[in-house]
Amino acid sequence: MAKFRKPVYVTAGYNTIALGPGRKEWRPKDTRPGIEHYVKEAGMGALNQVNDPANIDEGVLGNFMMSRYCRQGNRPGFIPMIHPALEKKPATGTEGACGSGGLALTVAIKSILADVAETVLCVGVEVQNSVKSVYGADILAGAGHYAGQRKTGHAHFFPGKFSDRAGFYFKKYNKPEATREAMALWYANAIENARLNPKAQEYYNDLEDPFAVGMTPPNPKAFCENINYYDCSKVTDAGTALIFASEEGLARLGVDKKDAAEVISYGQAESDITRTPDDLSVLWTTKAAVERALKDANLTINDIGVFEFHDCFSIGGIIALESVGLAEPGRGPDFVKAGRIKRSGDHPINTTGGLIGYGHPVGASGVRQAVDILHQLTGKAGDCQIQIDPNRPYGLSISMGGDDITVICTIYKKTGI
Amino acid sequence: MTLDERLQNVSVVGAAGKMGSGIAVLIAAQMAELKEKNPDVLYRLNLIDISKKGLIGLGSYMKKQLIKHAEKSINAIRELYANRDDLVENTEMIDNFVFESMQVCNLTNNLDAARDSDLVFEAIIEDIPTKLKVLGRLKEICKDDVIYYTNTSSVPIGLLDEKLGLNGRIVGYHFYNPPVIQKLVEVITNDKTDEEAKALGMELGKRLRKKLVPANDISGFIGNGHFARDGLHGLNEVERLTGEGFSIPEAVYIVNKVSQTLLIRPMGIFQLIDYVGVDVFWAIFEVMREHIPDPTLKNDLLNKMMEVGVKGGQNPDGTQVDGFLQYKKSRPVGVYDISSGSNIPIEGEWKEKLDKYIGPLPEGCQPWRSMLVDPNKGQKLERYFANLRRSDTAGAKLAVGYLERSREIGQMLVDTGVADSPQDVNDVLLNGFFHIYGPINNY
Ligand SMILES: NC(=O)c1ccc[n+]([C@@H]2O[C@H](COP(=O)([O-])OP(=O)(O)OC[C@H]3O[C@@H](n4cnc5c(N)ncnc54)[C@H](O)[C@@H]3O)[C@@H](O)[C@H]2O)c1
Repeated sequence: MAKFRKPVYVTAGYNTIALGPGRKEWRPKDTRPGIEHYVKEAGMGALNQVNDPANIDEGVLGNFMMSRYCRQGNRPGFIPMIHPALEKKPATGTEGACGSGGLALTVAIKSILADVAETVLCVGVEVQNSVKSVYGADILAGAGHYAGQRKTGHAHFFPGKFSDRAGFYFKKYNKPEATREAMALWYANAIENARLNPKAQEYYNDLEDPFAVGMTPPNPKAFCENINYYDCSKVTDAGTALIFASEEGLARLGVDKKDAAEVISYGQAESDITRTPDDLSVLWTTKAAVERALKDANLTINDIGVFEFHDCFSIGGIIALESVGLAEPGRGPDFVKAGRIKRSGDHPINTTGGLIGYGHPVGASGVRQAVDILHQLTGKAGDCQIQIDPNRPYGLSISMGGDDITVICTIYKKTGI
Repeated sequence: MTLDERLQNVSVVGAAGKMGSGIAVLIAAQMAELKEKNPDVLYRLNLIDISKKGLIGLGSYMKKQLIKHAEKSINAIRELYANRDDLVENTEMIDNFVFESMQVCNLTNNLDAARDSDLVFEAIIEDIPTKLKVLGRLKEICKDDVIYYTNTSSVPIGLLDEKLGLNGRIVGYHFYNPPVIQKLVEVITNDKTDEEAKALGMELGKRLRKKLVPANDISGFIGNGHFARDGLHGLNEVERLTGEGFSIPEAVYIVNKVSQTLLIRPMGIFQLIDYVGVDVFWAIFEVMREHIPDPTLKNDLLNKMMEVGVKGGQNPDGTQVDGFLQYKKSRPVGVYDISSGSNIPIEGEWKEKLDKYIGPLPEGCQPWRSMLVDPNKGQKLERYFANLRRSDTAGAKLAVGYLERSREIGQMLVDTGVADSPQDVNDVLLNGFFHIYGPINNY
């Protein structure tokens, strides 16, 4: 596949707050809003930015495990709940674990490219705090291979997986200390950016020295061998939405192009869920998806001005730097230590906090990333706004499901250039 | 007999009480683990109490606590069930663990159920005649080599041993409330204590992942030895302040605030007394006075509180019952006024006047919770206490007096042989009372 046969745009982005431990609104003992609330708030947040909801042709909802977290199936049925104008219109649900949101983006893009819709409302949602994290771990483990991996897996399944990756990486490149420092810096970067984002779960984080806290030695007895709590994204409830549109669709919605970003390519890649790669120091599927997206966009990784990485774990972010070609193999930690991922660096990553800072509403994260890239490229990122280099007016996001199984890379371009 | 063998049949007497129910949870969980490793052995945990109502509530309390315990120990439980193909998810393993733990329990009114036990935990009310009666009956029916672990807070172990002829097979095993959460166990022995009983007690404590601190057999031991006198100091300060013209509730508020905020403790002294129970606190003195020739171990106001029946302690749902202070959602909101029998709300001018008397907080004063997790707390405490000593506010003076009295008590416990070392005293206060610095310090 090469260039899109017609331009596709995103506009009208909206994220709810990321509710969970760390937020002021977080009261573990009280009853909390359910999926309905988040879908509605996010969906309406997007619809309120266009002239008339009736101009939306179809909807898509990305979500991972509402079936277990909230005992709720039939995802598409929540799209018409957002607004009566969506009643009896087509809607689809996507599930690809933590890549569910990324998959939702591809459904929207494909509908537009197939000429079956000019405008698509794309929503992501996850409500996880309905279940204690020790049981939530069982649910999230569904992103791995149940029959082959759950029994032997760690109690907190995915932290165990990424702890293994960290261990493998430490050994392969023989630099456990430097890597640990880079992981702590990754955490610090997430917190610094999240403090600028009023919607982020870590917005109120007032640690004096996040780096020092990120250096907490891992505790294998209580948690994992090679990673600590700060290396992990937290459990989050949130919703997020934006609208995909063709050229004609934008006009119909009454949206000015300057309020939109262009989607110029996406790369989607899938790996066999029943297998684990031998070399854990590379995210092979991520690599394939990013290479495909870049090739179709006719760009190199160095043309990109702003990034959204799927940093469910800090070590995943560092390995991704190498897998996508930003850093040489084994040099990811140096890349981080040189400050290059910071908002002031030459490759700003996760400028609104990422999964560790904003929070990780699992099946919604891919959509949330799209919203935040849209905001950066349209100058709507508030205090999180960075200066977009006119020579590199591109944003790239990576949405990853499971341990590098389902991956969607999407590339966006600032309009009017 | 090894500990594993003894853990095949255990009894907890007073199992429906605050302490007994916690001990029951800990032992049931141990048994569930052993059962998995020794599937052919029959494990039995007799949970004995005279209160039928208590036993009815015990089952659901245990289930709730066992779930929490299993959730917290999930890594260990996954290891335990590594070879069980039928258990895959955390949920399944936790359910199974709780089920197996409950399975071993035999809830009963009948003390004679302890007949075949090799370990007996005694956690009945703190009353010497009752303890003697129950332990006496146990001695009649149990095997000769049974070991008794008593949770008594103040009854000398030697007294029970001597009166009942237990041949040293009784150890003071002083859990803190609630035993499922509190890490500390004071292990009380004397020179007659059976070596096996002592050694097995230490082994068990390690398995339960408790912090064990040895204490010698002098009424009150370390924890209550300090707490009782520390509380008494608070009561005496109230008396002194009333001599200066404050009303009792005013003085209680002042001393409570100073002992919490200015001493950076988790609770003020009167909140702590209410938490433990005014009646329990009172009973500690009653027992201590019998064994320690110290006539100052009593207080008028405390006796009066008992007379009017304002006793603190906890409701069955764990919320705080009113005592010296009045509580809403377990937070102090008022102070009891013994002269009128009603509570005075902690608010408005009343509070302002007293806070003004206490004076501004010395520089570096930080709430207990934030100090607890502060990586530089050693330095910060040192600086703060130096400021406290330099400050000449009424609050600071009270606090310094408190600090010095607390140190004196700690040192006395070492000097009189209750504790083997200053470190042991500090360990008890740090682990059992959640202080962030021990009473024997350089501040
Ligand atoms: N509560 C504390 O903070 C604390 C802390 C450490 C030690 N202790 C000690 O633990 C022991 C128990 O205290 P508690 O606070 O759990 O008291 P509690 O009143 O909560 O429990 C005592 C239990 O013993 C039962 N009981 C009374 N007489 C009995 C008998 N003859 N046979 C069988 N059961 C009988 C009661 O029904 C009750 O369930 C006491 O010796 C106390 O000093 C208490």
